[in-house]
Amino acid sequence: MKRLFTATWLWLDDRLGISVLLKPMKHIAPQDSKWWYVFGTATMIAFIVQVATGVALAFSFIPSSSQAYETLVFITNNAPFGRFLRGLHYYGACAMVLMIGAHMAQTFLFGSYKFPREMTWSTGVLLLAFTIVMGFTGQLLRWDQTAAWSVVVAAEQAGRVPFIGDWLARFILGGTTIGGATLSRFFAIHVFVIPAIMFAFIGLHVWLILRHGISEPPTAGKMVNPETYRQEYEELLKKSGKPFWPDLAWRDVVFGTGLILAIALFAFFIGPPALDKPPDPSVLNADPRPDWYLLWYFALFALIPAKIEGYLMILGPIVIGIILFIPVLNNKGERAASRRPWAIAVVLLSVIMIGSLWIAGQQSPWSPNFEAVPLTEKVIGATSGPVFEGAQLFHDKACLNCHLIQGYGGRRGPDLTFVGDKLTRDNIIIRIVNGGDNMPAFGSSLKPQELDVLAAFLQSRKRPIRPQDQSPIAQN
Amino acid sequence: MNENITDHSLARVEAPEVLSRRRFLEKLSITLVGFCAAVVGLPLIGFVIAPLFRKVPEQWVTLGKVGDFQIGKTASVTVLDPSPLPWAGITAKNAVWLRRESETSFIAFSANCTHLGCPVRWMEGAELFLCPCHGGAYYKDGNVAAGPPPRPLFRYDVRIENGEVKINAVVVPISTTL
Repeated sequence: MKRLFTATWLWLDDRLGISVLLKPMKHIAPQDSKWWYVFGTATMIAFIVQVATGVALAFSFIPSSSQAYETLVFITNNAPFGRFLRGLHYYGACAMVLMIGAHMAQTFLFGSYKFPREMTWSTGVLLLAFTIVMGFTGQLLRWDQTAAWSVVVAAEQAGRVPFIGDWLARFILGGTTIGGATLSRFFAIHVFVIPAIMFAFIGLHVWLILRHGISEPPTAGKMVNPETYRQEYEELLKKSGKPFWPDLAWRDVVFGTGLILAIALFAFFIGPPALDKPPDPSVLNADPRPDWYLLWYFALFALIPAKIEGYLMILGPIVIGIILFIPVLNNKGERAASRRPWAIAVVLLSVIMIGSLWIAGQQSPWSPNFEAVPLTEKVIGATSGPVFEGAQLFHDKACLNCHLIQGYGGRRGPDLTFVGDKLTRDNIIIRIVNGGDNMPAFGSSLKPQELDVLAAFLQSRKRPIRPQDQSPIAQN
Repeated sequence: MNENITDHSLARVEAPEVLSRRRFLEKLSITLVGFCAAVVGLPLIGFVIAPLFRKVPEQWVTLGKVGDFQIGKTASVTVLDPSPLPWAGITAKNAVWLRRESETSFIAFSANCTHLGCPVRWMEGAELFLCPCHGGAYYKDGNVAAGPPPRPLFRYDVRIENGEVKINAVVVPISTTL
């Protein structure tokens, strides 16, 4: 029996060339390539999860503007393993974004982008961009209320690109408005166009890794000299290289197994993102937010000065271009991060910037709180009279949507819990009537009597006077 | 394994006429490949980018009877895409904010914030439109009251015909700031 199997294998191997095909798996790589080097393979493993789960989801998903939402409800609530599969697809995307980020940071800090691996870096940067596009288009395929409004936001942003903005916006919408043509475009882009490009670029990326070899961990003081590097690398491999499979690849397999387990656990216990309301553009009570990996970008648009937003559309591609061509600007010399403090600073600042913007995006203090409920009598401190009426008006005139009173309300404007300690009655009225500092003017929408009670309420917002703060005269 | 069988390169020296013929065949093949790519690719590109060039006919859409709207009030009105694709479903619906200023004067605002297109909400008590995304605020006449919007809310052309309020076309107005 064993002889039969061996003969069959040899025949197949001869005709199909399987051994030749798999030979690159055994290429010799530097033996010190250890746990820092697992992120690239982990990204590819996450991509494979995405392809597999995406294909499975496509069995039930109908990319029609009128039916997609219902098919997703079916997949989530009725189809066997549907909820788990959606979860795998979502957390697979999260894992892919995280792993590609970690891979990029490691490659940058190790100076692996330098000679002769410049194009390996550039193809990797493009793969990062494609991954983000996949993340965004994937969110849109959920085709709920958030997705539909996100398409509009994407079209508006594209519309700001100089000269061709209007065309880009129409291309995204599939016309001049959301409709039947919109979703099928994103489906084609998400399922066929970008994955096909990604397959090609992953192939190119892996080919370049095989061509130039896995970079050896950097040694402080050892410079990259394009004239001698290849020879030194060959000598290193001859001296201490190990076959990638299995001597080095086992770490990738172990890490990849952990990654898939984590994805599966999240998918099982937390589940996929909940579906929002149906994608009805006539329902205006919507609060569109991007998925977490683009939340920092969403926050950026709230925090940068409005006047420079248009230039961000130009600056963004320039920054991507600089990242893409970093190796062209600097492809030799020191590789060790300990001798490249600017490299550490760039990575740290990027993480801090994106992290801070992400936290800001989560909190969104710039957004009005549409759920603000009227203040209670306990908070108001009165059950009738001008202070009480002013508090009612503070809610009815939407002041509470933007201002906090003892922790209730919105955070778009200043906290007014103790405004009575800071502003006089006249100052309060001037501010309400004229607005200013990102506050609308209410002069034309308030009657004099309404202004009076509002001012009375706000004047009453003072710190409680403690006995020790009272003057001896007052105490007597 | 049989690696040698994959090496089919010719190392022998060819005669000039063979090389000339080979160069011709090379150019012929590349030209034909380019021709084939154009035959298949050009209609494909045209199909995909067709929406960029599709002209939207001027269409007046009815929002309702004049008497349906109170003077001094602002209300959201659902409008249907006048020429939706058959599978558009509820995405063929859209909404505009309609304000009745006087007996004969109406203002129809796009519901899209001019900052990034999110849907603005009308706050009746405050007489403001507020955007949930980045905190843009507009007065009742659509002018910017606060926040990042670069321009007032987009206004549709409005007319009253046979006792009905109508607006011109239903599009997502794209704001370009540069």
